[in-house]
Amino acid sequence: MTRDEAFLQFLLRMGDNTLILGHRVSEWCGHAPVLEEDIALANTALDLIGQTQMWLGLAGEIDGGQSADDLAFLRDAWDFRNVLLVEVPNEDFGRTLMRQFLFDAWHSITLGRLLTSSDERVAAIAAKAGKEAAYHLERSSDTVVGLGDGTQESHDRMQQALDYLWPYVGEMFACDEVDTAMVAAGIAPNPADLRDEYYALVQRVLTEATLTIPDSGFAHKGGRDGRMHTEHLGHLLTQMQWLQRAYPGASW
Amino acid sequence: MYAQMVKSEATNDDPEKLAEFQAKIDAGIKIEPKDWMPQGYRKTLIRQIGQHAHSEIVGQLPEGNWITRAPTLERKAILLAKVQDEAGHGLYLYCAAETLGVSRDELTEMLLDGRMKYSSIFNYPTLNWADIGAVGWLVDGAAIMNQVPLQRTSYGPYSRAMIRICKEESFHQRQGYDAIRKMAEGTPAQKKMAQDALNRFWFPSLMMFGPSDKDSVHSTQSMAWKIKMNTNDELRQKFVDQTVPQAEFLGLTVPDPDLKWNEERGHYDFSEPDWSEFFDVIKGNGPCNVDRMAARNKAWDDGKWVRDGLLAHALKKRDAKVAAE
Repeated sequence: MTRDEAFLQFLLRMGDNTLILGHRVSEWCGHAPVLEEDIALANTALDLIGQTQMWLGLAGEIDGGQSADDLAFLRDAWDFRNVLLVEVPNEDFGRTLMRQFLFDAWHSITLGRLLTSSDERVAAIAAKAGKEAAYHLERSSDTVVGLGDGTQESHDRMQQALDYLWPYVGEMFACDEVDTAMVAAGIAPNPADLRDEYYALVQRVLTEATLTIPDSGFAHKGGRDGRMHTEHLGHLLTQMQWLQRAYPGASW
Repeated sequence: MYAQMVKSEATNDDPEKLAEFQAKIDAGIKIEPKDWMPQGYRKTLIRQIGQHAHSEIVGQLPEGNWITRAPTLERKAILLAKVQDEAGHGLYLYCAAETLGVSRDELTEMLLDGRMKYSSIFNYPTLNWADIGAVGWLVDGAAIMNQVPLQRTSYGPYSRAMIRICKEESFHQRQGYDAIRKMAEGTPAQKKMAQDALNRFWFPSLMMFGPSDKDSVHSTQSMAWKIKMNTNDELRQKFVDQTVPQAEFLGLTVPDPDLKWNEERGHYDFSEPDWSEFFDVIKGNGPCNVDRMAARNKAWDDGKWVRDGLLAHALKKRDAKVAAE
């Protein structure tokens, strides 16, 4: 794998994470438990789609002058490089916010490290996205604590959400040849090196939320290398890509 | 116009106070929450502002219907930003209504059990992507016709909410027009979508202003109180006059064979919408009424545990703070 090939994979991982999570969050539009949450969810989705435009824009430049839209709307599931965590369905508000929290914590730490990337374009995106991710983390942490330490029902639902999602956390810290090449080029950190900081952060918030991290260290994988996505991704893409696929070559 | 057919409430207040109140309004002095106001003025405003707020909330649904299918990242981002603005408008308006002594939860419950209405327009479906353009261009365009004059309404909090809302609505209308222009200038299939959207949204947009109210006692009272600034017919004419040249520029055909410029009047002549359809929609028989209300009720019911959980946590924190002091 050349450096450019690895760089492209890295950019797709960043951009596909925000694209797919942004899509999932946007599914809530008009259906949130309270008006402030409708606004916050739309705002979060908007930030994530904006970040997608930057990451996939750069990926497209490197990949022979494709546009961010070409990458978002014209690739099939096996070409997506997002972690499985972001493609799992929303289910209830508790799972949506728990997924957001588990992602935001990783995202915020990762973007912090990318500020010192040897690639200026990556550092610039990280600077803008990092501010948004820090705010997302603050909000999702507060909500996880509020619901975890709320009523018995809200506590139980948040614990169920954590139990369901926890096996999807480990993939964010996997390290493969793409990561090794990015570390060698000084572009991105080794995800495995972020694990301790992540666990400390997540443990602190979840303890305050009176929630218990499951014992199992098992981790699903297959998203960030595209080897095996969940069944859910195909349905998501069917919806997201429909217009571009049905009317090829049109300008919107 | 997101408030339709708002009946003014009768007022049985002290005639001297009423005269003073009217003099203030006539002098252009804003009425503020703590000022004396006739019961009828208060009740009418609650109904009008509440209906407007509900329209913003229910209005998220037809537009949200296309967020996950928006054809480009930019269009998706614009639509998300717009729908987020609409929810924000709902929030300002509920806050304005709260200054009149009714809580957001009370208003929400009245929407959910059908005691309060929202604009008829949101009971129509969004069936193709050009509908999103049409909603911005026509629906927000019609809303602006009413909302711009309401910036000068007599009730201070309502007027200030309108000033903020109008700034955002004019951006919404421009993005809608831009989206449908792109379609009208696009492939034959896209042009067909644009025409189809105009065909379906034209008359429902004219209905947004409500039936003619030139002889209505309710309108006369509301206009005297400056909570209604123009008659429905004046606003509808203004909307048609503004919109027809925009449609011509796009190369789209307004679906009204009787539409023509009247040199003598200096306005377009146009066909009235089918008012029996309007009354059907108002009664709950529009294409989407049942589904819209089911979606809002489901969001509210499914969200109960979240609201209860967050409230319980806030109370625990407050108690812990009190105990520590």
